[in-house]
Amino acid sequence: MSPRRAASGGRIDRARTIRFTFDGQAYTGHAGDTLASALLANGVTLFGRSFKYHRPRGVLTAGIDEPNALVTILAGDVREPNIPATMVEIYDGLSAVSQNRFPSLGFDIGAVNQLGGKLISAGFYYKTFMGPVVGPLKGTRFWMFCEHFIRRAAGLGSAGHAADNARYGKMNAFCDVLVVGAGPAGLSAAKAAAAGGGRVVLADLDAQMGGSTQWSGETIDGKPAAEWAQALADELAATPNVRILPRTTVWGYYDNNTLAALERVADHKLTPARGEPRHRHWIIRAGSVVLATGAFERPLVFRGNDRPGVMLASAAERYANEFGVLPGENIAVFTNNDSAYRAAAALKQAGASVAAIVDIRPDVSVAARELAAQAGAELLLGYAVVGTEGGKGLSNIKVRRFDNAGTLSGEPRIIAADCLAMSGGWSPVVHLASQAGGKPVWDAERQAFLPPSPTQNWIGAGAFAGAADTETAIAEGRKAGEKAAGEKASRAKAVKVFAPALDPNPAPYREVRADGKAFVDFQHDVTAEDVRLARREGFLSVEHLKRYTTLGMATDQGKTSNVPGLAIMAEARGLSIPEVGTTRFRPPFSAVSLGALAGERYGELRPDRLTPMHDWHVEQGARMYAAGLWFRPQIYGHPGETVEQAYVREAKAVREGVGMVDVSTLGKIAVQGPDAAEFLDRVYTNMFSTLAVGKARYGLMLREDGIAYDDGTTWRLGEQEFLMTTTTANAGKVMQQLEYYLDIVWPELRVHLTSVTDQWAGAAIAGPKSRDVLAACVTGTKVDNEALPFMGIVHGEIDGVPVMICRLSFSGEMAYEVYCGAGYGLHVWEALMEAGEPFGIVPYGMEALGTLRIEKGHVTGTEIDGRTTARDLYLDWMLSKKKPFAGSALMDREGLLSPNRLKLAGVVSLDGRALNGGAHVVTGGSLDEPGEDIGHITAVCYSPALGKYIGLAMVRGGKERIGQRAYYCDPVRKRFGPVEIASHHFYDPEGSRMHG
Amino acid sequence: MAEYSALSLLRNAFSGNRDWKPAWRKPDPKPAYDVIIVGGGGHGLSTAYYLAAEHGISNVAVIERGWLGQGNIGRNTTIVRSNYLLPESVRFYEHSMKLWENLSHELNYNVMFSQRGVLNLAHTPSQMDDYARRGNAMRLNGADAELLSREEVARKVPGLDVSASARFPIVGGLLQPRAGTARHDAVAWGFARGADRRGVDIIENCEVTGFLRDGDRITGVRTTRGEIRARKTAVAVAGMTGHVMKLAGIDKLPIESHVLQAFVSESLKPFVDTVVTFGSGHLYMSQSDKGGLVFGGDIDGYNTYAQRGNLPIVEDVMSEMVAMFPGLARVRLLRSWGGIMDMSMDGSPIITTGPLPGMYLNCGWCYGGFKATPASGWAFAYTIARDQPHAINAAYTLDRFKRGILIDEKGQGSTPRLH
Amino acid sequence: MLITCPYCGPRDLAEFTYQGDANRVRPDPASTDHEAWYDYVYQRANPVGDHKEYWQHSGGCRSHIVVVRNTMTHAVGSVGFAREHEERKSAARHKSGEKA
Repeated sequence: MSPRRAASGGRIDRARTIRFTFDGQAYTGHAGDTLASALLANGVTLFGRSFKYHRPRGVLTAGIDEPNALVTILAGDVREPNIPATMVEIYDGLSAVSQNRFPSLGFDIGAVNQLGGKLISAGFYYKTFMGPVVGPLKGTRFWMFCEHFIRRAAGLGSAGHAADNARYGKMNAFCDVLVVGAGPAGLSAAKAAAAGGGRVVLADLDAQMGGSTQWSGETIDGKPAAEWAQALADELAATPNVRILPRTTVWGYYDNNTLAALERVADHKLTPARGEPRHRHWIIRAGSVVLATGAFERPLVFRGNDRPGVMLASAAERYANEFGVLPGENIAVFTNNDSAYRAAAALKQAGASVAAIVDIRPDVSVAARELAAQAGAELLLGYAVVGTEGGKGLSNIKVRRFDNAGTLSGEPRIIAADCLAMSGGWSPVVHLASQAGGKPVWDAERQAFLPPSPTQNWIGAGAFAGAADTETAIAEGRKAGEKAAGEKASRAKAVKVFAPALDPNPAPYREVRADGKAFVDFQHDVTAEDVRLARREGFLSVEHLKRYTTLGMATDQGKTSNVPGLAIMAEARGLSIPEVGTTRFRPPFSAVSLGALAGERYGELRPDRLTPMHDWHVEQGARMYAAGLWFRPQIYGHPGETVEQAYVREAKAVREGVGMVDVSTLGKIAVQGPDAAEFLDRVYTNMFSTLAVGKARYGLMLREDGIAYDDGTTWRLGEQEFLMTTTTANAGKVMQQLEYYLDIVWPELRVHLTSVTDQWAGAAIAGPKSRDVLAACVTGTKVDNEALPFMGIVHGEIDGVPVMICRLSFSGEMAYEVYCGAGYGLHVWEALMEAGEPFGIVPYGMEALGTLRIEKGHVTGTEIDGRTTARDLYLDWMLSKKKPFAGSALMDREGLLSPNRLKLAGVVSLDGRALNGGAHVVTGGSLDEPGEDIGHITAVCYSPALGKYIGLAMVRGGKERIGQRAYYCDPVRKRFGPVEIASHHFYDPEGSRMHG
Repeated sequence: MAEYSALSLLRNAFSGNRDWKPAWRKPDPKPAYDVIIVGGGGHGLSTAYYLAAEHGISNVAVIERGWLGQGNIGRNTTIVRSNYLLPESVRFYEHSMKLWENLSHELNYNVMFSQRGVLNLAHTPSQMDDYARRGNAMRLNGADAELLSREEVARKVPGLDVSASARFPIVGGLLQPRAGTARHDAVAWGFARGADRRGVDIIENCEVTGFLRDGDRITGVRTTRGEIRARKTAVAVAGMTGHVMKLAGIDKLPIESHVLQAFVSESLKPFVDTVVTFGSGHLYMSQSDKGGLVFGGDIDGYNTYAQRGNLPIVEDVMSEMVAMFPGLARVRLLRSWGGIMDMSMDGSPIITTGPLPGMYLNCGWCYGGFKATPASGWAFAYTIARDQPHAINAAYTLDRFKRGILIDEKGQGSTPRLH
Repeated sequence: MLITCPYCGPRDLAEFTYQGDANRVRPDPASTDHEAWYDYVYQRANPVGDHKEYWQHSGGCRSHIVVVRNTMTHAVGSVGFAREHEERKSAARHKSGEKA
């Protein structure tokens, strides 16, 4: 048995020994231990180093409020930093290391910072490190030099670069009543709520249900409290409409009773079970919520209150009662309230001796005196601890007389103690209530902020609501549960709790002032003197105090330091605590792993959208790249080919023979109904009501502000039926905009929209031989010029599959788009490839597609970039003068007609070198001293048709500059060279090829 | 000798830090001032500072409803950059950058401007071209920019998932080396102290409840601490612009108020030395000197004045964060908060005289307010002092929407949630 | 945040797309009154308190709905179909058709 382990007691399983390491040293503990309790049982007192002064620190608490004992959990190369040892359930193989120390926890060079003392008080860094105003270290250089070292000294644990291969899960849950906290109040609430038959979720951050019953030592309904709780938890677990979530911290209270919780599913195991996530992110939409989140004990502020061995009284009690661990052999107690007396008695009963109870109050309740007697402790009323002694563990405390006004008197007395259990009263855990909206309310009697009145649908119970004792908590819990479930009167009989009749009200919170460092925020090393310095410098509001001193900004989020800090500021300013201010709590209540919040998206950020022909492209050696969520072939490279060689070969094949490209990603919207044509007239700049059935037309859409939005062809399949195509990138947005028009602007139009992007697979077949290919495989229709003229549509079959063919061209060649049901996409594609084989058909990718369209001067998203107008793109001819259309009213504003606007033009490289997309166009000069910036190049290629490097550009003046010499200027790629501004219609400007 | 220096720290340490003066006084409002600035946030304070420091106008009051700096100056992700696409934007933010580079000295207050670089990741070749266009625009307008290859990105930012198997593989990035981060609160406090020492009254806990008028002309403000008159009344209230301007009878503006959430992780030893943004979504992250990873993403996307957001954005941001750095899955989110942005109709700000006589308006900062703090105040002070804009804010008019002279960095038009 | 879609029932914020101020009136399509168009496209009341606004249930039935929501508390008041929203949008209707 370990030196500090009691022979009996607690919920640990002494029959099961667990082996783990801390800082590489092997230890053992028992099933049920936390890392903190197991290390304490092994006599370890030093757990970590503080943030700024690197002071040695022990364990302050036994729960999630722990500021000191933070460790990094190792799983191979994967690191999980800043985990409170008090929240780690040990398992065989657990490997934990301490943090923020070099070279070791015992000997830490950073401790030299303590010598800095008053020099590095709150906010000192704002006043120095600025460096000289002139010379080589001017500007930010000196600061950045200092920052390098400051950053390395700051920070706590280290995150690793190794990818975490764990799974994370997400669960959406719905319930009538969510109960947060499974202490006596929460358990009672859950039981009462479940009796109503509604769906109840009960969540508690601990592995074990029961909360304070685990360590209170009280008797409920004649049973030890822990047994009573266990029986109730078992009963709830067997109730079908109750879901119990252990190890689950409800951390966020969002709008409309949406709560977020983190379930640590597998943190207590070396490896998760098959399929089990490490963490699960819960989103719980609750009809009503019972908040039974209990209270946190507060430390007292006095000199040396951070020495290892000084801990909260409730933590000491909890280690003794719940884990059978004595935090010391000879323990002193320092308190301003009755609750610590129960801890004293419990520690005595567990086998420690209690040297003294130091209480700042001159008098205490009868029950407290009885407990002091049970503990065998000397009772020092009207005394305070004024100092502690010891190295990395406590050896003595110093006490002096202390009166109501906070004045110390008399000679200090030294009392030997290896553990000091302190209590500064209790703060209800009001975080979730505060997040829900509303300002916590100060209660002077309880010396605590109580929950605000609810602004969302929640009910409070137990210590959270300020209940004085367990019996009240249980009664409140039951009432809250009933009310949350919508019931009126309670029928159950009251539960009797046997517990000492302690006074729930502490003495007013007061610092014990003495020279030396008295810590308020333990982790961030904020001292009482820092708080007073903040006041002197005018940082008076609670938010300024927090920000200037970093009080409450550490990983524990000020769970222990909030009220002490306010109390010191209040005293310094001569105000009451609520006059100084209230802290508003923000999510999360306690830290949440990023992986859990990513949930199922961890490792799979977004879904993949694949066309029906995707696998074929990959098999043919296509290099794929992302286009939004889609993947499209860039090139079908042959061995040894460069990208340029591949796309030039593909584009040439289209110009000289025939090629085929997958266009399934284009947005496709079925526009149907009696008013479909009228609708299209309103959303497109050009006319569609005049389009004949069986014909297609190129259309342009503007935004309401008159800027070009999207383009594509729309096919009239019937009198009342159109198939609209959009660009791949805008498919979703255009659909949404059309729905907006129909729902909101023109609800009188009888039009129905259906997104059919995924229903149709599409292939564009282009080139002088494209018609021959179709003729060879299409049945049921002719495809000659008469049957299928330019912009005509026919229906037929390819290899038994119905297809719809429209003759339209993006490449400028004779070309067709062939659409079929998506399920037959690959089949039709392969049939076309087979039919094309005798004609030398080649599949082509986006690079070749881009090349062909640049040669033709067709615009895409790089030109229709949300800033350009139809006129900028020389698409004026598409702006109907016969009718208004979306965007027509604002497209003529002066700024949109300005001669200074960038307009579409072509550019031809004059030095035989490739152009780059994103290069700017300047009038002259050199790379180092460029001339006037007149625009930029949007798209580039080597044009096989022209035998030159060409590009499209947006330049000031546009066509007016045709024939002028300019220069591409590309400083980020260090390139500069001459270009000629040309017409953007590089190739076959009359369009004879596609009409042929 | 400067009020703040290593020497003054030492001297005060010996006297137990008892002699430090308040960073700014807590004066009662006078009945009248030359200029009233409504809003004690970053922009209001820097405006006051530059009015006094550059234009000799120090009979100025800054009126703050709550505590100084309670708004977006203390709620942002502290990024300072001038990596914009459009010339009007690059020039303005580059002016700001130059002010930032000397700000700690200017204010004798360490605002911790750390020029650690801002790196925008690109995930497709066409995105690289977009970044090249932007980088070239920056270079041609006097800012610095470098295009990095995938290998250079990997070297600069260890821990990034640069694998080809990533959902959005990284192909390179745009780096602005002079960009970086600063300590946000220090900027507010530094400007406040600088303005205070030059005679400006900073009046906290004083809410404007109305405007005083003489006909059309604004002649001061009505506040919870009485009426205060002024020859010139300037409004710089960020997310509350819509609300405050209604008090002056301006019922509509080309602005919507939205909440932007920000996040910080627990403190870590140095993990990343650069500001990194994810290019296949919207995420920007850096590490504070204290060690917390500070990051954010999109606005929630609905009108709100509540400084609180909701879960969908939280989940989006975290999923992008761990997609970028898979090693961070076990690092924990410590705190989140929300700030109210006024989102303008083209994504660019407004710094102008008017819209009423005697009035001056500074608003519409969208995501960009923090980095603009020095230049915004500098240009606004100029505009107030001279009754006309400086060249760097001449484009930021209120009537540009009506006239169609838009500065639309993202090309999203009049849908503010998309800017 | 939860919004009760009149067709689908209460659904999470994540399923909806915000479509902005529902008080704006779209001028007659043929109107060339720039002031009115400017007002519609660019100007917002942006109130503190109740705000009538459009949302689309884009991750559900895709209806546009009119929601009255408080911009300080996010409390959702009334919800209805945009198609049935009286003071809507288009000042002039071209045709009177039956509702879908």
